[in-house]
Amino acid sequence: MKQEYTITVYTEDRVGMVGRLANIFSRRKINIEYLNTAPSEVQGIHRFTIVIQETHEAVQKLVRQIEKQVDVLKAYFHTEEEVIWQEMGLFKVPSDSITEKVKVERLLHEYGARAIAIRKDYIVFEATGHREEIDRLVKFFEPFGLIEFVRGARVAIIKKSTGFHEKVKEFERKQPAENFEINSIPEDQSVFSL
Amino acid sequence: MSETIQETDTKTTQNTTTTRRVSGSEAILEIFLKEGVETLFGYPGGAIMPLYDVLYHYNDPLKHILVRHEQCSVHAAQGYARVSGKTGVVLATSGPGATNLVTGLADAMIDSTPVVCITGQVFAPLLGTDAFQETDIINITSPVTKWSYQITDAEEIPAVLSKAFYIAASGRPGPVLIDITKNAQVQEFDFAYEKCEHIRSYRPKPVVRKEYVEQAAELINAAKKPMVIFGQGVILGNAEKEFKAFIEKGNLPAGSTVLGLSALDSDHPLFVGMLGMHGNYAPNVMTNECDVLIAVGMRFDDRVTGRLDKYAKQAKVVHLDIDPAEIDKNVKADVPVWGDCKETLPMLTKLIEEKKHTEWVAQFKELAKKEDEVCIKKELYPETDVLSMGEVVRILNEITGGDAVIVSDVGQHQMVACRYAKFTKSKSNVTSGGLGTMGFGLPAAIGAKLGAPEREVIAVVGDGGIQMTIQELGTIMQNNIGVKILILNNHYLGMVRQWQELFMQRRYSFTDIESPDFVKLASAYDITSARVEQRDQLKAALEAMVKHEGSYLLEVKVGRENNVFPMVPQGCSVSEIRLS
Repeated sequence: MKQEYTITVYTEDRVGMVGRLANIFSRRKINIEYLNTAPSEVQGIHRFTIVIQETHEAVQKLVRQIEKQVDVLKAYFHTEEEVIWQEMGLFKVPSDSITEKVKVERLLHEYGARAIAIRKDYIVFEATGHREEIDRLVKFFEPFGLIEFVRGARVAIIKKSTGFHEKVKEFERKQPAENFEINSIPEDQSVFSL
Repeated sequence: MSETIQETDTKTTQNTTTTRRVSGSEAILEIFLKEGVETLFGYPGGAIMPLYDVLYHYNDPLKHILVRHEQCSVHAAQGYARVSGKTGVVLATSGPGATNLVTGLADAMIDSTPVVCITGQVFAPLLGTDAFQETDIINITSPVTKWSYQITDAEEIPAVLSKAFYIAASGRPGPVLIDITKNAQVQEFDFAYEKCEHIRSYRPKPVVRKEYVEQAAELINAAKKPMVIFGQGVILGNAEKEFKAFIEKGNLPAGSTVLGLSALDSDHPLFVGMLGMHGNYAPNVMTNECDVLIAVGMRFDDRVTGRLDKYAKQAKVVHLDIDPAEIDKNVKADVPVWGDCKETLPMLTKLIEEKKHTEWVAQFKELAKKEDEVCIKKELYPETDVLSMGEVVRILNEITGGDAVIVSDVGQHQMVACRYAKFTKSKSNVTSGGLGTMGFGLPAAIGAKLGAPEREVIAVVGDGGIQMTIQELGTIMQNNIGVKILILNNHYLGMVRQWQELFMQRRYSFTDIESPDFVKLASAYDITSARVEQRDQLKAALEAMVKHEGSYLLEVKVGRENNVFPMVPQGCSVSEIRLS
């Protein structure tokens, strides 16, 4: 059965990395729903968050192919229940209609939104949350003449990521030891084992 | 040669290596020497000219073979790598030179062959401007390279090339492409070199987990009907001896994939033949009879497994592989033994009990007898007038004693060569297994001869495949490469025709192929040649070919509509293998 999986990949910061990873998906005709790539807390190491709909078997094979890439440090996959995730939405709305017809304070309070730019002609709101919450806000703003909307790619924190930060820092401090165990725990990925 | 290089004696931080001021091109060639490269396969062009200019002075330590098409430079490098165990090196220019490498790279990728390709690229400031002969070769080749990198600054050359050689040859080998802009080839810099031995993001060998080895041994010890299937991993891991010790201790019958052939003597009593679509009867049938299936350094290709949902369902599967991504990819492993089989096989051998399995092994022999009666005899000793491919290979075995390197192309003749050629030494079977690249045979044989000059190298090719890369006769001529070319000519694209006959009601759609007069063509290239059509002349003709000093082309006219059997039709289970 297909379900949503969040794939987390630590890679070297290298030109062409996105392409190499994207090839692994496109070759198998798997659509990437969300792709977020940004520097990790350590210089020279990037963290990718990729969301796809797949079966457990398919995603497991896929992650092994990802990890096989020379410049990939480590890859994990998790179900929706195993991660805490957020998306961000930015909404640009005409100032007059929104201030005339809506109690902005209530809006901010109820949806947890923030006004991050206020101009004479428009206001930019920001909200983070799950997809449905962002979608709800889009629906909300539409009648008031929503000018532009953008959704940020999903970011996710792994519930069982004990010691991830320390490991990445350690990685930076020294080259990893020769006998680092890889794939030692195929199912339970709670240990960060670069 | 090194007169052009100024020694400046700058000490590096480690006080061990000295630096000197050289151009990027000189650095590349110096690195080749330090990596033990002796032979290069390549073709010059605009964007790689600075490198070729310096190569002019390195002509002595580095032997450069000018191929006639860049695709063949990769195939030659593959042939070289497959027989020598060393990394093949390729030079090509940008644009079309680089795109011509793609088929070779794909072949090397799927057959895990260590190759380093250096491509020239336009000047760095011209990147992305659609400059003359500019092509985005890094992205084009991304899916068919183990690793690739574009160098735009000469300073990057030592670190990147040392990584390239390390990555290509370590772990599960594969092709690496390094694209070097022209400015980096001419740029001077302080050169120092250290071999790469470790990359933090790259784990060539997974750590062996003892508990899995123990579990595997338990399964094998409890097995009544164990069977081993092995692939090229045994050869790539230099684990032929370890493999032999393993199967001999447990008396485990062993079948080979196409690429695993020659890892074990063809005459070894436990060798039960080739697996897969045109493999032998016994190992295919017994795959669905055994209780424990031990896969060593092979990847369950669909041509080996046939229909997956009916493949070895009754058996517990033990899978030894160096590439963790291969575990469970096609066939679920009950016990995955990650690691280099050079390490894991002796561990396993130690734990398994000596067993006889007399009855079980005898069952293989019974099936082999059946195959022999129904199909092998006919092929090796045909009663019709027309020559068969099988009898050619049989006589060749008698002449060479199984000592030769057999390089085959792709198609019927390939399956016949793989089925019937005798191998007494490892690294003797060179063929395009995974990609099935027609045209592979001739250039790969050139590389094989250069990789193993003391050995007899025989390219067994079809009339279709040879015409795809026939221009390499020029390479043979110019470099006096003593390969023997054996064309098995049936005037058809035989394998496709066979399928058309069996599955498409004999609609021979564009498989009837005409050929030039190969004998005349060879003589135009100054290659001694002959043709044989009669059985009574066949042995003498093959002897003349093998005895001949230097290159030789022999065309054998074989039966037009002979088929290769046994065969596992596509979509069928391995146990549904047809003998006729």
